[in-house]
Amino acid sequence: MSGRVRFETGARTEMPALEPLLFELQQPGRSGRHVRGGDEADALIPAAFKRTVPLPLPELTEPQVVRHYTHLAQLNYSVDAGMYPLGSCTMKYNPKINDRAASLPGFADIHPHQPDETVQGALRLLYELQELLAGISGMDKVTLQPAAGAHAEFTAILMFKAYHEARGDTKRRRVIVPDSAHGTNPASAAMCGFDVTTVKSDARGNVDLDALKAALGDDVVGFMLTNPNTLGLFEERVREVCAAVHAAGGLVYGDGANMNALLGVARPGDLGFDCVHINVHKTFSTPHGAGGPGAGPLCVKSHLEPFLPVPRVIKDGTGAYRRETAAEHPKSIGRVRSFIGNFGVLVRAYTYIRTLGEEGLVETGRDAILAANYLLALVREGYDVAYERSPMHEFVLTAAKQKRQGANGLDIAKALIDEGFHPPTVYFPLIVPEALMIEPTETEPKETLDAFADALLRIAKRIETDPKSVHDAPVKAPLRRLDEVAAARKPVLRYRPS
Amino acid sequence: MSSVPDDLKYSKEHEWVRVDGETATVGITAFAQEQLGDVVFVELPEKGARVKQHSSLGVVESVKAASDVYAPISGEVLERNVKVIESPELVNAQPYGDGWMIKVRLADKGELGALLSPADYRSHIGESAAAAGD
Amino acid sequence: MGQNPYSPHTDADRAAMLARIGIASVDELLGAVPADARGPAMGVPAGLSEAEIQVHMERLAALDRTAGAGPFFIGGPVQRRYIPAAVGVLALRGEFLTAYTPYQPEVSQGTLQAIWEYQSLMSELLAMDVVNSSMYDGSTAVAEAALMAVRLTGRKRVVVANEVFSQFRQTLATYAKGPELEIVEVPTRELAANAAGAACLIVQHPDAFGALVGVRAIADAAHAAGGLCIQVTEPHANALLDPPGALGVDIAVGEGQPLGIPLSFGGPHLGIIACRDALVRQMPGRIVGQTVDVNGTRGFVNTLQTREQHIRREKATSNICTNEAIAAITASVYLALMGPRSLRAAARIGVARAHTLADRLARLPDVQIGTGAPFFDRFALRTPLGGELRTALLADGILVGEGIGRHYTGCGDGVTIQCTELTTDDDIEALAGAVERTTARRPVAAG
Repeated sequence: MSGRVRFETGARTEMPALEPLLFELQQPGRSGRHVRGGDEADALIPAAFKRTVPLPLPELTEPQVVRHYTHLAQLNYSVDAGMYPLGSCTMKYNPKINDRAASLPGFADIHPHQPDETVQGALRLLYELQELLAGISGMDKVTLQPAAGAHAEFTAILMFKAYHEARGDTKRRRVIVPDSAHGTNPASAAMCGFDVTTVKSDARGNVDLDALKAALGDDVVGFMLTNPNTLGLFEERVREVCAAVHAAGGLVYGDGANMNALLGVARPGDLGFDCVHINVHKTFSTPHGAGGPGAGPLCVKSHLEPFLPVPRVIKDGTGAYRRETAAEHPKSIGRVRSFIGNFGVLVRAYTYIRTLGEEGLVETGRDAILAANYLLALVREGYDVAYERSPMHEFVLTAAKQKRQGANGLDIAKALIDEGFHPPTVYFPLIVPEALMIEPTETEPKETLDAFADALLRIAKRIETDPKSVHDAPVKAPLRRLDEVAAARKPVLRYRPS
Repeated sequence: MSSVPDDLKYSKEHEWVRVDGETATVGITAFAQEQLGDVVFVELPEKGARVKQHSSLGVVESVKAASDVYAPISGEVLERNVKVIESPELVNAQPYGDGWMIKVRLADKGELGALLSPADYRSHIGESAAAAGD
Repeated sequence: MGQNPYSPHTDADRAAMLARIGIASVDELLGAVPADARGPAMGVPAGLSEAEIQVHMERLAALDRTAGAGPFFIGGPVQRRYIPAAVGVLALRGEFLTAYTPYQPEVSQGTLQAIWEYQSLMSELLAMDVVNSSMYDGSTAVAEAALMAVRLTGRKRVVVANEVFSQFRQTLATYAKGPELEIVEVPTRELAANAAGAACLIVQHPDAFGALVGVRAIADAAHAAGGLCIQVTEPHANALLDPPGALGVDIAVGEGQPLGIPLSFGGPHLGIIACRDALVRQMPGRIVGQTVDVNGTRGFVNTLQTREQHIRREKATSNICTNEAIAAITASVYLALMGPRSLRAAARIGVARAHTLADRLARLPDVQIGTGAPFFDRFALRTPLGGELRTALLADGILVGEGIGRHYTGCGDGVTIQCTELTTDDDIEALAGAVERTTARRPVAAG
């Protein structure tokens, strides 16, 4: 078998490449026959509107296209291939039954403009999912519209604005975030027109309560808090934090990026949060799709319900399901996207929740916490821990010691690739120097956790004795380190024929 | 230790100023570009724009960081360095030379008094360096 | 234990892990959790086996009328189009589907090259310089484009045509609430006259009712007034019509779902946003760029990241992080398979069927088609029943687009009719016959 070739015969590749571009593989005149006909349309389009510029899309046969994308797929690391311990991303296994459910014609082949009576199955699923998520989060009402966590943040902060304004309180202009917050938090606040105040963390990795109290005032819209936070630590004074914000008239947003740790452990609605989003592409196992899609349902307490986006799914007296109208929800902030949500993703999340059931979800949270603490116990022999506390579902190491020895966090990440693992999140959270943020999830078996720990410890040993040896890593990946500086200085963002 | 030429004035935000009569040339210091790493993008105000002391006049970016450049002095922009926009690596290679950013007609020479001397700037980055080095 | 079918841990594993940590129970790790909040009931029903959940999901799905089950004329931003068999097989491979954002380019070249090719293919289709790696959907692409124009011009007035898809305008109105923008909705024909002081004019071509619009004059008016022109476009139309880049448009946006992505009740879909080179620093979202590795081998990386939230935080061009990458990859697989010929054919068939159907319906009494302007592959159908026509046709198993009166001011009432390459002659006959029966049943109003 000839296997993969570095230079595909006939490809006009100008530089060495792993796989030629579609544009390099194509030959004018080649094509499949997926659709044909319609020539009479040319006479129906007025000349003034016709395309006057070329349409230089590549011309390929189906076998060429299949091989191209098969080759590309083989260049990727994925959860299907191995452990993917990206902190804050919850890269757990993505069950295949979920994908199959989403592809059922009754779910995949229905249009969002179909009348409610023709989509009762889809609406019932969404309604039940709203109810399930309310129960899991400890909140009262749910919108399934947001397409991602950041989209939910934006939705919620806009609802906070509407909430304050509805009370005639129009002077609130600031949103507070901790210094450990995801970048989306301040960015979402800014998109809602607000200024951002950052408060520091204390020595135990909690929000510094005194700093928060000093930052609070009657101009504060609210506070955005991830719990467990991005250090993987449960906020030890979470109720005091929420109470302080409420005392100042502000609202508390729960960034649910780390909700996996809370399944069956505690509900944000019982801790003082006014709302929380759920990244179903993290907590509820929907595949992340190489960057997306996700879905970010937003769960809120009843005082925020009037401001939820339209439409939600409601159940009427006859047991039929329907999408509410804007007229039924006059204080709503409006629509935050075209349709009711990333339905195909929500179907997967629903399938997962119903498969696991209450007991399975409880086990999930506890196993995620167990795995992180076990892995930490193994790797702390070689690395310093950013905060000396039992973490929840993830933990943050600092490679400051290794940096003094001559190799940094990035080198460790790249060396892990050569060990056969996807690296953890590096250089985040920003408050930890040379951060390595590791989230094993509950679906990696003990022997994989052991192997990952061995790999990390081997790298630590290499750095002690020969730090330069990791500077070249990775050497076993499809490519060596890439020149990101050149990419940014002279951006080449698309193919242009030479 | 980063180079700190003796003939310049400095700001705490790591800009330098070279005064020539009514004109001041502005750039960022060797220390600043070392902290930033490989500069990939520089954004500068147009000729004729007015810059105000301590306000942002532009941005320098590396791959993983973006940093405001603050005007060390106020005035009207007489010229911006087109070469540094086209070749941002000049900021790394020659921060005090071809990597300069703008020339400004000084609005108030008195503002120069608020800037740091080379000696003061050296001790300032001594502190900064210590603070950065955990 | 053993309640989570995807958990690998045996009781012995758990015991060994606890022992290594030096504790007897996971409870010892939960000291920071307020005691009265610990171990809450969530109200989730007991778990199901895979066979049980499959049956449950099939039964739920069976309650829905699928688009392919009968005559189907719903369209707009989301269109029922032919999806080549290889699209899902390739784009949904686990290596793409179960990867995260390509933070580590050395082990993510499949994703990065596929996205870069998507950017390239879409740039060619739209004749625009730069395309990002995706937005959530067409509506948020419109909203983000307007925010771009606001940043670029320093103006807060956004003028949008009534004939832009209603969901897009509604989402724009929501996004405008944060920065408190002034949104002005006017008929397309009055856009140019409202350019003064506007950050941008937003035009849709073909518009929500399929009408072809003279975009160039609108772009010229926007530019003369110091503003930008944003065009809402749809992918297939660009195979036959002059694309945004040939019309003087600054930012092109649209819904990419018709490019091989299932209807899926409205998501996940694909937000397209494209702009001129000069505007790229204000573009939201991820962008992939070409580079080389240390050996000089071509490779791809996320680039121009200082625009993004993880670096710029509150000064970022957008808060977007998770996007619709797999949809962008799907669209690129679709375009690669279709090539220019099948893409043009699909677009042409929609146009031809729509005109055949319109001609057939126009022969009926009391039926009005469109506005008289040339149209592409959909049109407004107005009968004495107005928007209620949709309910009447549903009784015949025929699905048509949303009622117009509810969503578009000043456009009268009726329904929209979309044709694509999947519209058959039988479908056309079924709709024409049903409309004829419907109008015949109703006594014709005097005058």
